[in-house]
Amino acid sequence: MSELLKFHFDVDGTDFTSAGQASVQVKKNLRQLGIPPEIIRRVSIAMYEGEINMVIHAGGGEADVIVTETAIEIRLHDHGPGIKNIDQAMQEGFSTATDTIRTLGFGAGMGLPNMKRYSDDIEIHSELGVGTDIIMRVNLT
Amino acid sequence: MTVSELIEKAGFKAATLPEPDKEITGVYIGDLLSWVMGRANSGDVWITIMSNMNILAVASLADTACILVAEDVELSQDLLTTAKQKNINVLLTELGAYEAAVKISKLI
Ligand SMILES: Nc1ncnc2c1ncn2[C@@H]1O[C@H](COP(=O)(O)OP(=O)(O)O)[C@@H](O)[C@H]1O
Ligand SMILES: [Mg+2]
Repeated sequence: MSELLKFHFDVDGTDFTSAGQASVQVKKNLRQLGIPPEIIRRVSIAMYEGEINMVIHAGGGEADVIVTETAIEIRLHDHGPGIKNIDQAMQEGFSTATDTIRTLGFGAGMGLPNMKRYSDDIEIHSELGVGTDIIMRVNLT
Repeated sequence: MTVSELIEKAGFKAATLPEPDKEITGVYIGDLLSWVMGRANSGDVWITIMSNMNILAVASLADTACILVAEDVELSQDLLTTAKQKNINVLLTELGAYEAAVKISKLI
C-alpha cells in the first residue's frame, strides 16, 4: 500500500471560529485529486468530527491525511486528557461537553458515532492524562 | 431551482450570495452540527437558527446549496464576510423553520 500523498495540519485548540478548517482544506484537496464525491463526503464528515473533538475536548492537536491507491487514512493525534471509557464515548448521545459548547451546536454526542459510521475502519487509542490517537480509513475500492 | 430563483420566489433575503446558481434539491432542518453533518444531503437548503461561525464549515463540508437562517436571527458582520470568502450562500427569513420549509416544498 504505497503512500501517494500526505497532508499535515496543526489543529488550533484556542480558536473555535476556525475549527473545521483542516477538514475544509482536505475536502478541496481530495476534489482536485478527482476522488468520488461520496468518498469525499465520508472523509469530510469523519475528519470534521475528529477535528472538532480535538478542539473542544483536547485543546487542539494534529491531523494527517494519507492518500494511497486503496484508501484514505485520517490520523488524529492530541495531548488532551484522554478518553476515560471508549465504549461509553462511542454511544450516541454521550457527551461531556459544557453548556457553552452546546449553545454553539456541538456536544450532541454524535461525533464518535459519526466517525465510526462514515469510515470503514476506526482505531482509537487513548490514555488518561496522555492523549488520544485515532486512525480512520475510508476505502477507495 | 437555483438559490437565486428561490430567493426571488420565496422572498427570502440574501445575506450573501456568492454562488447564486447552486441547484436546490431538498431541505434539511437542524441546529446540532453533528446531525447536520451526518444527515443533510448535498444540494439541501439547510434551515437553522444557529448563527455562529461554525455553521460555515458545516455547510461547506455537507455541500448544502445554502444556509437559511430562520426567525430573523441576527448575523454578525464577521460571519457574512467569511461566508463571502468561503463562497457560502447565506439567506435570511423572518419565518420559522417549519413555515420556511413548507414554502420551499411548494416551490421545488
Ligand atoms: N480527542 C478527545 N480527547 C478527549 N476526550 C474526547 C476526545 N474525543 C472525544 N472525547 C470524549 O468522548 C465524548 C464523546 O465524543 P463525541 O461522540 O464526539 O461527542 P461530543 O463531542 O458531542 O461530546 C466527548 O464528550 C468526550 O468526553
Ligand atoms: Mg464530538
